[in-house]
Amino acid sequence: MLMHIDNDYNRFRQIIKGKIKDNLRKYISNGEMIGRRGKDLISIPLPQIEIPRFRFGNNGQGGASEGEGEPGDPVSTSDDDEEGGGQAGNKPGQHLKEVELTLDELAEIIGEELELPRIEPKGRKQIISTKDKYTGISRVGPESLRHFKKTFREALKRQIISGQFNMERPRIIPIRDDFRYRSWKTTSLPQSNAVIIYMMDVSGSMWDEQKHIVRLETFWIDTWLQYQYKGLTTRYIIHDAQAGEVDRETFFTVRENGGTVISSAYELCARVIEEDYPADEWNIYTFHFSDGDNWSREDNKACAEILRERILPSVNLFGYGQVESTYGSGEFIDFLEENIKGDNENVVLSYIPDKDSIYDSIKDFLGKGK
Amino acid sequence: MKSITQEDIAVLQPKIEKIAADYGLDFFPVIFELVDYDTVSQLAAYGGFPVRYPHWRFGMEYDQLSKGYRYGLQKIYEMVINTNPCYAYLMKSNPLVDQKLVMAHVYAHCDFFKNNYYFSHTNRKMIDEMANHAIRVRRYIDQVGLEAVEEFIDTCLTLENLIDYHSPYIKRQADVTGNGAVKPSSKVAKLRSKRYMEKYINPPELIEAQLEEQRAQQHEVQLSFPNEPERDVLLFLMEHAPMANWQYDVLGIIREEAYYFAPQGMTKIMNEGWATYWHSKMMTEKILEPSEVIDYAEHHSGTIANHPGRLNPYRMGVLLFQNIEERWNKGQFGKKYDECDDYTVKKNWNKNLGLGREKIFEVRQHYNDVTFIDTFLTEEFCREQNLFSFAYNKGNKRYEIESREFHYIKQRLLQSLTNLGQPIIRVLNGNYANRGELLLLHEFESVELDKNYASETLRNLYKLWKRPVHIQTKLDDKDITWDYDGKDFKQTRISNN
Repeated sequence: MLMHIDNDYNRFRQIIKGKIKDNLRKYISNGEMIGRRGKDLISIPLPQIEIPRFRFGNNGQGGASEGEGEPGDPVSTSDDDEEGGGQAGNKPGQHLKEVELTLDELAEIIGEELELPRIEPKGRKQIISTKDKYTGISRVGPESLRHFKKTFREALKRQIISGQFNMERPRIIPIRDDFRYRSWKTTSLPQSNAVIIYMMDVSGSMWDEQKHIVRLETFWIDTWLQYQYKGLTTRYIIHDAQAGEVDRETFFTVRENGGTVISSAYELCARVIEEDYPADEWNIYTFHFSDGDNWSREDNKACAEILRERILPSVNLFGYGQVESTYGSGEFIDFLEENIKGDNENVVLSYIPDKDSIYDSIKDFLGKGK
Repeated sequence: MKSITQEDIAVLQPKIEKIAADYGLDFFPVIFELVDYDTVSQLAAYGGFPVRYPHWRFGMEYDQLSKGYRYGLQKIYEMVINTNPCYAYLMKSNPLVDQKLVMAHVYAHCDFFKNNYYFSHTNRKMIDEMANHAIRVRRYIDQVGLEAVEEFIDTCLTLENLIDYHSPYIKRQADVTGNGAVKPSSKVAKLRSKRYMEKYINPPELIEAQLEEQRAQQHEVQLSFPNEPERDVLLFLMEHAPMANWQYDVLGIIREEAYYFAPQGMTKIMNEGWATYWHSKMMTEKILEPSEVIDYAEHHSGTIANHPGRLNPYRMGVLLFQNIEERWNKGQFGKKYDECDDYTVKKNWNKNLGLGREKIFEVRQHYNDVTFIDTFLTEEFCREQNLFSFAYNKGNKRYEIESREFHYIKQRLLQSLTNLGQPIIRVLNGNYANRGELLLLHEFESVELDKNYASETLRNLYKLWKRPVHIQTKLDDKDITWDYDGKDFKQTRISNN
């Protein structure tokens, strides 16, 4: 069958990328598909263009539904154009389903959506292309790989064991724990070592909202790098006027009231690298998040010196993400831009004004394939 | 797993077709095409048609459908389009039992397309018509350039839903003369009198004054058109907006396609319910092999699963059809049944009439979703299915369960189905303020329009009308208009004298 969809598709991608038709830019929304990872729902960015129409506001239209509950109980609704659109009548099975995704699948999806290049590790041990083979059964997987019979068998087993099974009325209802999926094995390969060192400013001016942004960023960075390097180590450094190494939990929750001396973090980072991660054996990634309000000019200079002398020569990437804060000048990103960026290819600076910019920023950080 | 071939389908088809026909289903010839997921995504993006005019939104649909499939988030089982012969696409990777189910489902859809009144006006050669539209749009692209045509289509699409969904079935107004103007008259009703009494009974100054008033009224009428508020806003624009010939044609194409797809939106619950009713009957009574039962049950229960907080049209439809069949089999209808107020008597009411099958065939012929729910949703059904109505609570800004009372449920349900759940908008005046401006009227029921969307839509409308545009609606219980004059968007309070 001869189809023209490729042209329409390319046109759409070009609009999304802002290459053509600026007038549609404002209608682009970060649509999303919902995936699931353990208990968390994870949204996969999927840009869409919404053609404006006369429509009801979100706060008004009611409806009818079925289920348990008393008047006054909240109902979850998705007020997308479920019943709009004249052409829905002929497409069964088009409802969205939440699916359980493995981290690798997530990474693959985000990689494709943001068009991230595969990383080429330095060192001799290159990643060789992988081969998948369906070999077994696992407890998580995409719905399309669900093994119906094994799932029902598990449900039957569970119901018999728990005494719920009734010979007269043999009803078998699988619950999530019963679900079994076909799974595959990827042949293991020679691997390269990699380490990520995260640094975050936890001074008084970094609020929960800023930390939330940082947490989302690091989640995606972790996911992507983990997909590229099996056996990834992660280290966390926080700083206000002083720096210290902490565990992951503390990294995201702690809050200090002190001032900001960025060089303290860089100093500690450099020391960690020198002691634990020889540059010829490790792929080293360093990321620093801050609101960009450093204590003094002198300290800026100290930062530049540590970066230039001790950090940049060893690392694959130094990423600096500056989140918007109501306090302070946010000068640090400009300082780095002028003093460090120019002569160093492995420096990426990214400005993250709000949650919506996270995807762009991830693309900044990982888009180089370093 | 052995993959299915077109030959397998060719073997299955006559068998399933015969079963469907034996049950009394009456359909167009069906052509099944076995396609891979990529092709199915492309076809679905095009609304089921192999060729559409070029537009980026089809590419966007395709992007979503194909990614949804590849990431394992969603899957299209089948697609069938309303044409004669009827084309249905089957997904190659589905196992045999799914194919059987889908084929049974398709025959019922096709029966619905052929027999339901609301599809009777649709063009059954729409594949050719869509291809024809594509050729015309491509020709315009060659003439005036892709950018111009695409931007015009974008503009039209913002207004695509402003059609009169019922106009194909009724005559809205008596034929009017020429441009829709009322014939002028120059007579005033006089009282009967003798000639010598005339100037006392019908004083000339009074007659003159009345004539004057009449003329002024006629003038007013001619200054504003249409005479009756026009629901088909697209038609009004085609007749009155300043457009180049190619633009006129493109707008006509978009309007024609909107009318073609409209009945599918108007009968979604019924159409899916009907198809689900029949696939379930045909599969369980005639088609299924013992080894296929689990896979069938898995698929079928997915189709009619209830998603809390959202109405599943498949489920609602099939349950109502089954309910109607049961009621007419048992004679649970009519004056006596309705007036009976003894719950136990009503519950055990059975006159063994056996009219159920006949009744559901009749229902599928004459009803659409609104009339279907209005006529056949019963209090007992709502109770059995545990239905509730929900509404927005402005106090704590969330949707809440409103009630489990029958009339609330029915009212909310009908509200969400009326005009496909979209605001009803008419053209009130094409010569507003006697300055050639366009005034639309939102028929306010209880829900306000979204201001941002309205503002953007007015901007697009202005591109077509080329004069200031307005829409009258209600905000916080006050009559207002939103206005766009080509530069600024503003809100005006209407004073009620």
